[in-house]
Amino acid sequence: MSLFSFSRDKQKQGTPGDNGNADRGIMVFEHTSEVIQAENILKKEGWEIRVMGPPPEIQSGCDLIIEFPLIEELNIFRTLEEKGIPPLDMVPVTSPLLQPVDLFQIKDFGGHLMVRAANMKLTVEKASGNIVNVSGGGCPDVPYLAYEMVGQTLTSSPSPREIGHTLCGYALQLAFEEVQRQCSP
Amino acid sequence: MLAIAGTVPSEGFPLISGKISLENNHIRIGDEGVSVNRGTTALMAAAIKTAETLGQPAPCGYLVGDIGRGKGSRHLYKYLTGQLPQSNFQTLTFHYLQPIVDWHEHLQLAIDEMKERPTLIADAGFMYAAKMSGKASQYDLFTPDIGELAFLADEKAPHPFYTRGFILHDENCVPDLISRAYSHNNAARFLLVKGSQDYLANREGILETVDNPVEEALEAMGGTGDTLTGLVSALMDSGMAIKEAAVVAMKTNRLAGHYAKPTPASQVAEIIHQIPKALLEVLEKRG
Repeated sequence: MSLFSFSRDKQKQGTPGDNGNADRGIMVFEHTSEVIQAENILKKEGWEIRVMGPPPEIQSGCDLIIEFPLIEELNIFRTLEEKGIPPLDMVPVTSPLLQPVDLFQIKDFGGHLMVRAANMKLTVEKASGNIVNVSGGGCPDVPYLAYEMVGQTLTSSPSPREIGHTLCGYALQLAFEEVQRQCSP
Repeated sequence: MLAIAGTVPSEGFPLISGKISLENNHIRIGDEGVSVNRGTTALMAAAIKTAETLGQPAPCGYLVGDIGRGKGSRHLYKYLTGQLPQSNFQTLTFHYLQPIVDWHEHLQLAIDEMKERPTLIADAGFMYAAKMSGKASQYDLFTPDIGELAFLADEKAPHPFYTRGFILHDENCVPDLISRAYSHNNAARFLLVKGSQDYLANREGILETVDNPVEEALEAMGGTGDTLTGLVSALMDSGMAIKEAAVVAMKTNRLAGHYAKPTPASQVAEIIHQIPKALLEVLEKRG
């Protein structure tokens, strides 16, 4: 199931800076029982979350949602997926209709290929599939992901989805998948 | 004095503050040493090299371990909130920190309590927090790359991951993106935009561009934006006006990159070594 497959039908006004929820996200589940389970799991692990009613834009799942720190979306999604209760959707509080980036910029250096997704860039040596550079990004898992991935091949490297924690990690995952697609025979 | 705050990619790294130095491609702070090849330590290394070349004292650093869980960042935010009101820095540069709006607000209040307001520079995660909080205009300089500029230009995006597709991350759109970022009050007093062409802009528009020398491989290399932010931070702290410091930094970073003879696989330490030579050359030509 896609993380971002939830239907959207209305447009919401508002800017990130005009309220106190700019760095918060909303998780939507299929059933209320999943909300309760997810709340217990996340609170036990120390996350600052709140169970609330959904905004009108996304009222087609159950009638409760969980508000969470948006930056840590990847980490929270992985935790819930491991417990068998992945949310139907995870979206920003301020603009629940926003979609994750889906455009890639690709640059061919001859022997190397670079893919950029949002603010993250991943560069590989085409002949060997070696990851030679990770750049861009601003969340603290970026230098960590670079340390773990640079020097590995596309097949031996851990994926950002496995070891990343933030939205920058998620953007790098998209670049990683696109590089794999570009380099596949 | 310049102070630089950020994180290192190691969960066990303790919160340390104090003078920083550069030894064998490692930043030394307290009893710890960290490789300069990525993130805040690359910024620090560039600032140290710049300060040395200018005959200025080494910057002060605030570092903590964080691999993206945010625990280290929260610890550092809290520490800085307590420390800054009693400190006396002319320039403060904030870098790889988990973007947390609440803590950004606390830090702003702490900065307001300082005897003299320092020049404020933000890059990476802290710049995201500044934009998300709606307080971007309280900063003197942001140093985004093209992807981050698109995020600043998108008034709805809470993070670059959600930048809307119609705001293309295309170098040809840079003037429009700058204008859009200012029209929604999501930019600092000055923007230094890193790319195949570097731009300095303010609310009035583009003030300077630097596009020479050209080393295409630098776009792929992690840390070249960090070195640019380190350079401009140290130059501004030396007393140079923002506009002049930004132009010198843009030229020096490109020239140092050129001297490093980079490939897309080169690492940023190779550029850091070239900073003194490049900076002296740029300063000499400036007269």
